[in-house]
Parts: sequence; C-alpha cells; structure tokens
Amino acid sequence: MPEMEDPKTTESPSKTVTRRKFILGVIAGGAVVSAASYKILAPGRARSFGGERLISLNVNGKQRRVDVMKQETLAWTLRYKLGLTGTKLGCDRAECGSCTVLIDDVPYYSCSVLTNTVRGKNVTTIEGLEAEDGTLHPVQQAVVDEQGFQCAFCMPGFVMSAVGFLKKNPNPTREEMAQGVSGNLCRCQDYTKILDAMMRGAQYTKTGVPAGAGSAAGLKRRA
Amino acid sequence: MAVIRDVMPAFDLLQPESAADAQKLLEQHGEDAWVMAGGMDSFDWLKDRIKKPKVLVDLSGADDLKGIRATSDGVEIGAMTTLTKIAEHPLIQKNYGLLAQAVELVASPQIRNQGTLGGNVSQDARCWYYRDGWPCYRAGGNICYADTPVGRNREHAIFGADRCVAVHPSDSAPALIALDAKFVMRTPKGERVVDAEDYFVGPETDITRLNILGPGDLLTAIRIPATWAGAKFYFEKVRDRNVWDFPLMNVASAMKLSGNNIDQMRIAVNAVAPKPMRLKAVEDAVRGKTANADTGEMAGKLAVEGAVPLQFNAYKIPLMRNLVKRAIVGTQEAA
Repeated sequence: MPEMEDPKTTESPSKTVTRRKFILGVIAGGAVVSAASYKILAPGRARSFGGERLISLNVNGKQRRVDVMKQETLAWTLRYKLGLTGTKLGCDRAECGSCTVLIDDVPYYSCSVLTNTVRGKNVTTIEGLEAEDGTLHPVQQAVVDEQGFQCAFCMPGFVMSAVGFLKKNPNPTREEMAQGVSGNLCRCQDYTKILDAMMRGAQYTKTGVPAGAGSAAGLKRRA
Repeated sequence: MAVIRDVMPAFDLLQPESAADAQKLLEQHGEDAWVMAGGMDSFDWLKDRIKKPKVLVDLSGADDLKGIRATSDGVEIGAMTTLTKIAEHPLIQKNYGLLAQAVELVASPQIRNQGTLGGNVSQDARCWYYRDGWPCYRAGGNICYADTPVGRNREHAIFGADRCVAVHPSDSAPALIALDAKFVMRTPKGERVVDAEDYFVGPETDITRLNILGPGDLLTAIRIPATWAGAKFYFEKVRDRNVWDFPLMNVASAMKLSGNNIDQMRIAVNAVAPKPMRLKAVEDAVRGKTANADTGEMAGKLAVEGAVPLQFNAYKIPLMRNLVKRAIVGTQEAA
C-alpha cells in the first residue's frame, strides 16, 4: 500500500505533500471513515434484528460457541452440534416431553425453542445435573434406586421436568408431582413407578440422598 | 401425514426488542412475515411445511410486551406474558381467578411455560384436515373435509358454521370475554382497542383467519377492567385427556349476586363455533333470577337453541346445556 500511495505516483493536487504527511492523512482519513461507518452501521445493524449464525450458549454452566441455522431448534443444537444426546427427540412437536430441558430453571420443550432465542440464558440438560465429582442429582439417584423406568427413552425429559418442578414446589404431594410431570409421556405406560421415583427424588432433594442409597437395589453409578 | 423430523426449511429470523420495532417489521414485511409469540402454534405449521414464511418475527425478545401491571381500572397483561406467569400471579388469582383457572388448564406445564396469552387467543384452528395441509375452504380451497358424511368431525362446530366447521380452540378466550376484557393492538394506523368478543372473526367474515389481526398488526396487551373483579366465577373445560388436550368444550362465566339472585352475568363458551361464543340471550334471561338448578336448566336449553350438529358431534348439545347449567349453579355436581 505505501508504494501505491507514494506522492510521486499519485495525482495529488498539492505538490507540497510529503510521503509522510500523505500516509498520516490516509490513516486519519481511514479513522474518520471507520468511525463514521460505525455511526452509520450501528443503527442499521440494530434495525435488522437478525438472528445470528455464530452464537455463544451457556449450557450446563459452560460457554459453548456454536454455529447454528436461524431455523434450528435447541434440541437439534444440543444433540447434533454440542453432542449432548441425553436430550431425546421423540415427537419433535411439543407433545411428548422427551426433549425437556431447563432454561433459566424452567422446563421447556427444547424441540420447540429456537436456539437463537436462548442466547444469554442458562440451559441445563440431563448431562448438567450431576455434580462435578460425578455424584448424581438426587432425582437421578432416586430413579436408580426405584428402577423407575422401563425402556427409559423418556427418562431424561421426566427427570428435567421433575427437577424444574421441584425448584418451584419443593414439597409436592404425589398428585402435584403428577401434574408437574404431566407434560411428559411414557410409551411403556410405566407411570406409577415413574411417580414413585419422582417422589423419592423429591424427598432426596429435600433431605439429601441417604448414605448407601442405591446399594439396596445393588446399583451404583459406574465410574 | 408422515411426521417430518428434519430441520425446518430456512427462513429469515428477526428478533425485535420492543413492540414498536416488532410492529414496524411486520408492517415492512407484510404478507411475508410470520409473527411468533411462544411458538406452540407456529412450529407445527413450519415443521409440517404447510406454512413457509420468508420472515419469522420472533417476539420473545420484546420485553415491553411482557408483564402484568395493575392499572387504575383493573389490570393490563402484556400479550407476551406466559400462561404460567398469569396462572401464578397474585393479583390475577385474587381478582380475576376465572382467567387463572382457564390458563392453568391449557395444555401441559412446558407449554404453559412457553405459551403466551397473546398467542393463546391468536392461535389458528386445530381441525386436523386443515392442520395437515388439506386444501379446504380455510386453506383457500373449495371443500370442507370435516363436513361430509364420513368426515371426522367429533370436535367440530355446532354453531356458526359457514362452509368451514372448525372451532376456536382457545381456553383463555371465553374467560377474557366473560371478564369483558379489551384487546389492545398496534397497527399501521396507530393503536386500536376492541372488546374481547370483537377480536375474533367467523368464516362469514373471513374464512382464512380466526381474528382481526391483518398484516402489520400486532396484539400488544389485554386489559381487564375491574368491573368483574372478585365476582363469582365458573370455569370448566371438557377434554379427552386431562393434559395437553384442546377443549371439546369449555365454559367461562362471571356472576354478580345479591344473596342468591343474579344481578348480572357474563358467560361465554368455546370450541362450539368458529369463534368464542358469548351467550347474550342467557345473560339477559337469567338477570334477576335465582342462581339455582331451575334457572340453570332454563339457561342451558336457551343456550343450545339453534345448534346444528354434524355427523359425530351431537353430544356437544347436551354437553353445552349441562355446562351452562353448571356455570349458573356454580358446581360440577349439579348436572
């Protein structure tokens, strides 16, 4: 660039312009242009209100950079972009609940949330429930202890619904818990045992997981 | 129709951060724009590839469309307030319990966490022929698939059918009519406020939509006057499943009583006609009467006058008669 801007080769109207002054002028001019373009573009960008492609999501307490389509749903992003396949896709129509995740601690059907709308929010999936050291969440431990599910495809959704519900109502009756997870379906029709597990989960959440929990069923989380 | 589970077809996503910006975008894009509130209605259309808008205007970032504010004359609810927020709000529970009951019975917990009041009253018809993309009257065609001798029409209309026999599916709409709510819209011509019952249109007015919103119009808020605050309310929803399901029928009423005498009443039913139906004849007939089973019986008979059942929905006539009766007696046992 400096070679091209050499005053000897440019048709400057002023013959007194030195090479140094000319370059300084170009830099200053560029600064003015870029400052002005900022002023012009900023409201323009605000006016477009466009969904973005490269976004940053807070998932399970971590910032994850991800490239998304504007029409992409959160369930899709979680499963196929971030590898969090614990979130299941069942009906993909907000009917079955197997894609339930927490957004700012509230249960949502992630198949029916656009990824672009959760920028700046905290997403929690089933993978984000356990503690750093691998200790299961009380509701997860209760599911293990009660052997609450049959095929368990719907389990992550049920657990997320129950965890979200317990944040609002930590002391539910069985009937209230049934209402709380009523947005989730189980094709095995295993509802009674699921509710047993969820109620035990409510108790574990309240009073802590008793020492030796899980041993009765002969089950412990594999390291 | 096979359920498609692939990513939706591409659209441009616009995320305005205020009602003013949202309305401008809708005006700018006109017929190309699809306005999305909670998305619980929108996603079905988009995922099934039946509606293919070029531009999706997502209202979820417009914070001035959210919230419940007490006003000098009642309460104003932003159109983007979620149903859960409304059901749990102390002022709504205390004074406008009818609406709290109605929204509590909508769909499932997750849907109430995401679905909004504006979306609930503005959602499209749920007739499965229409939703599956059949070229029926409502979709711009020249046939109704539900109103044939073999059409599956158990959920369809017994009143107000005009070519299309789909019903309005909202649970909150009849409650808002009973509470004499006003719907506030932002349109290209400025603010427009209409009575709740005037927000909805039947097929005789425009067969392709269920409400008065045109391109460029945005429902911003719903105002409930204090007139009926703390009145005696009755809401009941009848459906096949206890969760998720749309109403086979619902009834919402507000009554002012002196002792056991009805001074004034507003009552509306939904899922019987293409728009929520206010029962003015019943309101007039019960004025000054005692709120008992006899009055309920009389009101129920009056309510179903002129009903025209289809092949599979004649049950809706006794159902409606009984729901109106229950609303007047005020208990579920009375039927």
